[in-house]
Amino acid sequence: MIRIMLPAHLRTLARIDAGEVTLHVEGQATQRLVLDALEARYPMLRGTIRDQVTHQRRAFVRFFACEQDLSFEPPDAALPDAVALGVEPLLVVGAMAGG
Amino acid sequence: MSGVRVLVGTRKGAFVLTADGKRERWEVSGPHFGGWEIYHVNGSPADPDRLYASQSSGWFGQLIQRSDDGGRTWKPMGNEFSYEGVPGTHQWYDGTPHPWEFARVWHLEPSPSDPDTVYAGVEDAALFRSVDGGQEWQELSGLRCHGSGPSWQPGAGGMCLHTIVLDPNESARMFVAISAAGVFRTDDGGKMWRPVNRGLRSEQIPDSTAEVGHCVHRLAMHRSRPEVLFMQKHWDVMRSDDAGESWAEVSGDLPTDFGFAIDVHAHEPDTVYVVPIKSDSEHYPLEGKLRVYRSRTGGGEWEALTNGLPQGDCYVNVLRDAMAVDSLEECGVYFGTTGGQVYASADAGDSWAPIVRDLPAVLSVEVQTLG
Repeated sequence: MIRIMLPAHLRTLARIDAGEVTLHVEGQATQRLVLDALEARYPMLRGTIRDQVTHQRRAFVRFFACEQDLSFEPPDAALPDAVALGVEPLLVVGAMAGG
Repeated sequence: MSGVRVLVGTRKGAFVLTADGKRERWEVSGPHFGGWEIYHVNGSPADPDRLYASQSSGWFGQLIQRSDDGGRTWKPMGNEFSYEGVPGTHQWYDGTPHPWEFARVWHLEPSPSDPDTVYAGVEDAALFRSVDGGQEWQELSGLRCHGSGPSWQPGAGGMCLHTIVLDPNESARMFVAISAAGVFRTDDGGKMWRPVNRGLRSEQIPDSTAEVGHCVHRLAMHRSRPEVLFMQKHWDVMRSDDAGESWAEVSGDLPTDFGFAIDVHAHEPDTVYVVPIKSDSEHYPLEGKLRVYRSRTGGGEWEALTNGLPQGDCYVNVLRDAMAVDSLEECGVYFGTTGGQVYASADAGDSWAPIVRDLPAVLSVEVQTLG
């Protein structure tokens, strides 16, 4: 199971009451496969984390896990083992901004 | 029992304000979509319980929300706005070519006859239509692909298609306005478009009477007389009596003719409202006095409406989509400010009172007349 933490606005949008979403991904877990599974379960999230057509990450969204910034990793790169095994969550984060 | 429902879009959410026909006691519902920018909320004339909202954020992009119960509950709809074909380029602020990029939906205009048909005006400027209640969106690309498209340039707020006016008598005719390209008209339901800007004069562009390039801020029409259009341009209040074929200035005795909002009385086609703003570099009322100006002569002669509005130390703005009228027997007029006030007049502008004072900055105001 993959654990995903979404920012508050996206949890509200998807009506997710729990703090985390857990998803099953077939094969080796990658950003792309995790987001595919997330969007399949919550279609209203399409376009909010990555572009609907190009699948490019939205500029002010970041992916953190295991105290690393994975935002610039290739979407088909394997996620850390701790994420793939559900030990650590994948954090989808809105970039910090004031105001 | 008649009543009104005021739909308010703000920088941090949507609000729904309701009152009975007296328009004295108001109920405030919201924020809906708290924390998100709500550029526009609009209701279907064919089904008042059907509302559409444009919800966006710099982080998470564009969403479209739909309500089928007058704003009590909402459901996210389709949010894929893909330009048709290869989008190409328009001009950037510095005059260099810049790729067409979708940013947000500025305005939603439901069809007068079909609740499932709704138009969306977007930035970068283009017009989209949904015929299935907002699930799928198709671009009416004849507008963006008009020959002048590569020369369009953004206004200070972005290159946005912010105004959509549907002709109530000729369903195939509609008008759109783009900052800073101007007004365009279609007579065939959106396939072919042509600019209708003759008579506009803008000293801020190299050719002041160019066919395109004018920063039109807002259009207004009275449904009984669709060939007559009123316009608040960057500077100048304008009027067309021939469906945009030609325009004449009707700023008349306004103290300043810069502004954003303009609307027409529900029952008097020659009664027009504007909110003059000091200048293009000082976006607040002249002398710190918030004054709506009303013309009962279709422009030219204007009177200041001040009763109930702050007449000192007021430095808010009233944005282009933030004024609306109801169609009760005594026409109500409403506008919202960047200071978070929504003012209402139940007597056609003679007197005003705030419905709410402390909302986030108001981006848009629409009114539904119910019952």
